[in-house]
Amino acid sequence: MDMMTAHQTRSLTQAASAANPKVVAKDVNVYYGDKHALNNVSVNVPDRGVMAFIGPSGCGKSTFLRCINRMNDTISICRVTGKIQIEDQDIHDPELDVVQLRARVGMVFQKPNPFPKSIFENVAYGPRIHGLAKSKTDLEGLVEDSLKKASLWNEVKDRLQESGTGLSGGQQQRLCIARAIAVSPDVILMDEPCSALDPIATARVEELIDELRNNFCIIIVTHSMQQAARVSQRTAFFHLGTLVEEGNTQDIFTNPKDQRTQDYITGRFG
Amino acid sequence: MTDVSVFPGPASVRRLDSTSDEAKARVRRRYRSEARFRRYGIAAIVVTAIFLVVLIADILIRGLPAFTQNSIILDVPVTAEMVSPDGNRSPEALRAGDYNGLVRNALKTELGLEGRVATGNLSKLLSAGSGDKLREAVVADPSLIGQTVKTKALLSDDADLYFKGIGTKVERENGTAVATPSDVKGDITVTAPQAFAAEITHLRDVAAVRMKELNAEIALYEGAGDQALRERATPLKAQVEALSTIVNTTGAEMMLDSSVSSVLVAINGGLVKITKLTNDVASGTVLLPLKSVEAAQPGNWQRVNYVTPEADRKVDDARVAILDRLETDGKVSLGFNTLFFTAGDSREPEMAGIRGALVGSILTLAITLALCLPIGVMAAVYLEEFAKKNWFTDLIEININNLAAVPSIVFGLLGLSVFLNFFGLPRSAPIVGGLVLALLVLPTIIIASRAALRAVPPSIKEAALGVGASHQQAIFHHVLPLAMPGIMTGTIIGMAHALGETAPLLMIGMVAFIVDIPGGFTESATALPVQIYLWADLPEAAFKQKTAAAIIVLLVLLFVMNGLAIWLRKRFERRW
Repeated sequence: MDMMTAHQTRSLTQAASAANPKVVAKDVNVYYGDKHALNNVSVNVPDRGVMAFIGPSGCGKSTFLRCINRMNDTISICRVTGKIQIEDQDIHDPELDVVQLRARVGMVFQKPNPFPKSIFENVAYGPRIHGLAKSKTDLEGLVEDSLKKASLWNEVKDRLQESGTGLSGGQQQRLCIARAIAVSPDVILMDEPCSALDPIATARVEELIDELRNNFCIIIVTHSMQQAARVSQRTAFFHLGTLVEEGNTQDIFTNPKDQRTQDYITGRFG
Repeated sequence: MTDVSVFPGPASVRRLDSTSDEAKARVRRRYRSEARFRRYGIAAIVVTAIFLVVLIADILIRGLPAFTQNSIILDVPVTAEMVSPDGNRSPEALRAGDYNGLVRNALKTELGLEGRVATGNLSKLLSAGSGDKLREAVVADPSLIGQTVKTKALLSDDADLYFKGIGTKVERENGTAVATPSDVKGDITVTAPQAFAAEITHLRDVAAVRMKELNAEIALYEGAGDQALRERATPLKAQVEALSTIVNTTGAEMMLDSSVSSVLVAINGGLVKITKLTNDVASGTVLLPLKSVEAAQPGNWQRVNYVTPEADRKVDDARVAILDRLETDGKVSLGFNTLFFTAGDSREPEMAGIRGALVGSILTLAITLALCLPIGVMAAVYLEEFAKKNWFTDLIEININNLAAVPSIVFGLLGLSVFLNFFGLPRSAPIVGGLVLALLVLPTIIIASRAALRAVPPSIKEAALGVGASHQQAIFHHVLPLAMPGIMTGTIIGMAHALGETAPLLMIGMVAFIVDIPGGFTESATALPVQIYLWADLPEAAFKQKTAAAIIVLLVLLFVMNGLAIWLRKRFERRW
């Protein structure tokens, strides 16, 4: 326990040194019924760039990710304590509308889940329900812009009215990313976005993430340490519901401070 | 055992030896078991298929004849005194004319018949609606009065069934001698030397065979221990009594009665029903008048046999004679029975139709659908997506499932006590029927809708929530539209269930004899299955056919609805 506390203290100081954190989580605990799924997690996520959460299955990284846009609220037995702030605003503030929070914190899921509607409708849905486009041409411009940012425009510009579910898996996932960035979120959460994709599609999505990091704060959960090493600037390692170590990606992978991190990245367990 | 040599090596190593007898036996046993299971499955399907085929074939065989109807085509002189005796030519007055009388008189003239007995026979052969076509024509064009109009007159159910094969076989044989009738009408004799000797022998033989059959049957019944079965022998004994007089005729004179085939003589364009036969002379009554009393050469007159004894059929000889003549003259036309689909119920089978019941069913189902779909879908959406999961919602869910299993008659009783007695809604009305059926179908629709909502993958809802849609927006923009095909399928199957439902409608009085086609939700009406139930109770053979025909219509509607449900499911089925 002593060691862990020491690590947390260090990670906090490191995070504080990172300029202007976008997301600040402090002492987050999550319970699924009686099960204590997440134990005192505190982490700061920088404003621009990609942060990766890694760790073995069931370590709580996805649970923590879903806390950030309060997606866990939809699970009735789930209980969250602790404080999470996005740009100095507490997301559990009773004044805050959870729907508006989710508009500010976009999410991309493990399995591509486009709406079974047209490609255009998929991207236009978010801006439409939030009233982001003033006119039809405005909306069309926004959709085109989002698809371009998701580097999908050239592939789908001639078939915007076709169903989003007709695209390939990788295209579907980029469509989901386009859908998420169409509402200009502050943070984009990605829950193992490439785990259902083949290596080529994975490479495309990783390229895309790399482009997006200049404009968005991206948090990505991944099982693949290579992916974390390729796309992220900062990495956090979760184990058994605790945050073991957090720091610059290069440091974590080349010079881990904790034995468990060392064991995990060298493939001794996981 | 010999296992030691079969399994070499250390006992601790357990591995499958596929060449051993035991392993081979196990494989054979598995194959046998699989083959046996397949045979059971096939047998079950074959039995089901046989039941289904027998059921449908039976209904089709009974019901299909009811979709056609025999009429006779006649030239009818429209006389002013029958149509408008007071000279009033307004449509109302013209409607009141005696068109059935016109048709009957025309037919009487056509056949050369006279007298009240003939009028009575014709009245039985013609439908009570035989003049309807003529009435329409004359009301539409009063200038037809005074002219001769070709019209199609509906035949009565008995006459119609006679042409559909529920009559008698008619045999004809050319006469072998010169035959001389004594008169053209009334009771006459036909003299033809030695022409009837063969007939007498034939009749005696047939009667003897029939008597033997009957005696065997009587012995069977009398041997039975059951009193009710023994009583069945009594009417048969009377038949044997009647037959024995024929069989025991020893001389050359035979008296004929209704227990044997009818013998007739067709001569000089007329028809004589024979009551007494000798070798040379046949005496009897003229059914269709002869043209002359001239002697007919051999081959120019016929002996006619109505094989089924008169006592065993609905249409007596006089009427068979008329129908047979009409048929040989080509006056009978078999057409599609449009009346069956355009008329309401009637006491006359040939005029009864299902339009009233069909409209009643449609009105009832419209009410049911209008209530069930919104309430059922909203209840399902709320329970599935918004309601908190606690003991109270569990209780509601259990009760909905229980409601789906409540016998339908209970809903009828509920409708009777609540809608009719408490709220005072009109009896026999589609609105009450619709309300009761809505109660009946609601659980089905809620259960089907919840299943359809649950079948939409949660990832769709998550995706919507992820871009900042509210829970309600996620449900109504994404989940509900995707569940809609499933909901529609469940609804259509529920509606089909409601369409076939009879018991609750009996309780709320939709079981009346209603001739008029209902025009609104509060008018008295009946429904298709109730109409079937009503017709099945009626004694007339023609109504038995109508019953089967109405069942065919109901089944077709059900098949169409279920087909629509399947089509919807296939058309909008999604693979996730």
